[in-house]
Amino acid sequence: MNADLRTRLGSLRLPNPVVTAAGCAGSGRELAQFFDIGEIGAVTTKSLMLEPRAGRPAPRMAETPSGMLSTTGMQGPGVDVFLQRDLPWLLSRGGRAIVSIAGSSVGEFGELARRVSEAEGVGAIEVNLSCPNPADPAGRHFADDAAQAATVVQTVRSHARSDVPVLAKLAADVPDVVELAGACVGARADGLTMINTLRGMSVDTRTLRPAVAGGMGGLSGPAIRPLAVGCVFRVHEAFPEVPIIGVGGVRTGTDVLEFMAAGASAVAVGTVNFSDPSACTRVLREFTEALDARGVSRVSDIVGAAHRAGAGV
Amino acid sequence: MSDNGPVQTRCPVLNVRRVDAYYAITVVAPGIAERFRSGQFVSVAVGGDHSSTLLRRPFAIHDVKPDYGGTVEFLFAVRGSGTAWLAERRSRDLLDVVGPLGRPFPLPRDPVNCVLVGGGSGSAPLFPLAQSLRRRGCRVDFVLGAASADRVFSAITARRIAETAAFTTDDGSFGTRGRVTDVLGKVIEEARSDAVYACGPMPMLRAVTQVAGGHGIPVQVAVEETMACGIGICMTCVIPVVGEDGITRMVRSCVDGPVFRGEQVRFDDVGTIPFDALGAPGWKGTGASLAAESARDIA
Ligand SMILES: Cc1cc2nc3c(=O)[nH]c(=O)nc-3n(C[C@H](O)[C@H](O)[C@H](O)COP(=O)(O)OP(=O)(O)OC[C@H]3O[C@@H](n4cnc5c(N)ncnc54)[C@H](O)[C@@H]3O)c2cc1C
Ligand SMILES: Cc1cc2nc3c(=O)[nH]c(=O)nc-3n(C[C@H](O)[C@H](O)[C@H](O)COP(=O)(O)O)c2cc1C
Ligand code: FES
Repeated sequence: MNADLRTRLGSLRLPNPVVTAAGCAGSGRELAQFFDIGEIGAVTTKSLMLEPRAGRPAPRMAETPSGMLSTTGMQGPGVDVFLQRDLPWLLSRGGRAIVSIAGSSVGEFGELARRVSEAEGVGAIEVNLSCPNPADPAGRHFADDAAQAATVVQTVRSHARSDVPVLAKLAADVPDVVELAGACVGARADGLTMINTLRGMSVDTRTLRPAVAGGMGGLSGPAIRPLAVGCVFRVHEAFPEVPIIGVGGVRTGTDVLEFMAAGASAVAVGTVNFSDPSACTRVLREFTEALDARGVSRVSDIVGAAHRAGAGV
Repeated sequence: MSDNGPVQTRCPVLNVRRVDAYYAITVVAPGIAERFRSGQFVSVAVGGDHSSTLLRRPFAIHDVKPDYGGTVEFLFAVRGSGTAWLAERRSRDLLDVVGPLGRPFPLPRDPVNCVLVGGGSGSAPLFPLAQSLRRRGCRVDFVLGAASADRVFSAITARRIAETAAFTTDDGSFGTRGRVTDVLGKVIEEARSDAVYACGPMPMLRAVTQVAGGHGIPVQVAVEETMACGIGICMTCVIPVVGEDGITRMVRSCVDGPVFRGEQVRFDDVGTIPFDALGAPGWKGTGASLAAESARDIA
């Protein structure tokens, strides 16, 4: 038996629910050396900014228990190079693209949304709300303030082509993730992606200095999975109709099952691509086997299963 | 998925042995052995499938042989948890290895005189390079340095392969007391060297580049920057490098390197974002340099 793996995120239809996480797969080119990029649900591309960006100084990463801290500072070539070079390449390989955007102001988010959605073949736009808001004196992220996040999502929605779904990517280290989700849904997000990395620090015990430049880094990897699953569960409970991409420490096929049961319609593989460049296809295969072993015939049947009384198969 | 790109394989360990202060591990990995060119590296998963040690460890390839269909050898020093785990592997254990990764050392077209300079475990990739150079009729001279005698890797092999081999140690326990750069100038002059190849810690590469520059000869350096993925997707391994067009870019040392032309690496700015780097804060892109960026990357 082979389960029907098709899933939907608003109007975006995917052949299966395994996608890559933004910033953890480039635009698919490097991973395509290890597997056929058209086989997975979609590639979420690295967050794009308007201009080329050099990012933060090194050291940019430190290994932590079951995870890592990173601070790449959104290094990238800018939207023009992406649209000219990376997107056509991905589409030519049969890949589906969820394009992540990161503005340094609300206006920039709008401009990015307009340019990206004008391009042919963009499956969805993901709004990275974990960018520092320069208008905020404390340098907090857009996601730290639900009203600010809503403004960004609303601006993106009004600048993007109406047939391109807009997904708001939430942070979990905020006062109330359900409130943040509600604000984004209220601002007409078609779906939610959660979660982004969590702000953390690791101190090098040899030098007694922070292990990554700038001190704080983003924590990712299996270490954050229970937190991510918890966020998906709570937000799905509050907004059962809103499609969710679950992200955070996915390493195996059963991790996908876990996220989907909590309420995700698709699941992204992030940091684990670094440790296993074939992770996406391996996870997809393990997930299919896990569904078969449980006699599940349609992947949509398990979405939110953990919320139902007497769940389990 | 491609004929010359890296592959990921689960390969049996043939043996693990002590070599001076290092461990040498040989694995059966035909796919990696047949693609390998000197200067490239492998990345190895450590701790088992459910390990909390998530990231791979990169190691320069020290040798490939046709035995058992194709074996790959790398050399490592025990530094932390990952290398300690590797040191405990036994023959027939399986290792998850990705490789060969990175850009190899470019080889000269004509038979010229080359000095190979290695620091500590940075000597490892120089041995297959020496063999390739010798096959092309090049003269090879070695300068190997380390903290102490037991960290000078394979002095005997170096003497056997090369025309001359000079050694330096920080504590004077073997060869000349001091740094590789203390003897490099003399070796370049006596061997009438045309080119330098170097691998080791960043400060050493910087000093070697200065010496080579002082003698007006080109130098190729292999850097060892910390890497989370080794395949070009995480952007954690960047260093500032000046392109042919004079523009500095933060490039990935795993896929755009690890081998660079020494003069192009901005050693003094490693660990920073130089103000004039493409995309640095306040950087104003001109149409021309943007076009250059996209053209370079499309090519
Ligand atoms: C291209 C390349 C080639 C290398 N070749 C060799 C080699 O041939 N022989 C050898 O002994 N060593 C080599 N190194 C260094 C080697 O990767 C580290 O010694 C090793 O990763 C340490 O792992 P650990 O778990 O013991 O240490 P930990 O300190 O526990 O590792 C923690 C993290 O830091 C990273 N890290 C630690 N030290 C280094 C280092 N010096 N360079 C890069 N990353 C580091 C690890 O990969 C890991 O992600 C190379 C590094 C690079 C980038
Ligand atoms: C090196 C690195 C770069 C990232 N870059 C981005 C990015 O550009 N945009 C974004 O929305 N999230 C980015 N993320 C966050 C991931 O998409 C993901 O939300 C997070 O890492 C949690 O998933 P994981 O545990 O599977 O990695 C990045 C994460 C890492 C580790
Ligand atoms: S190590 Fe990931 S990009 Fe170089």
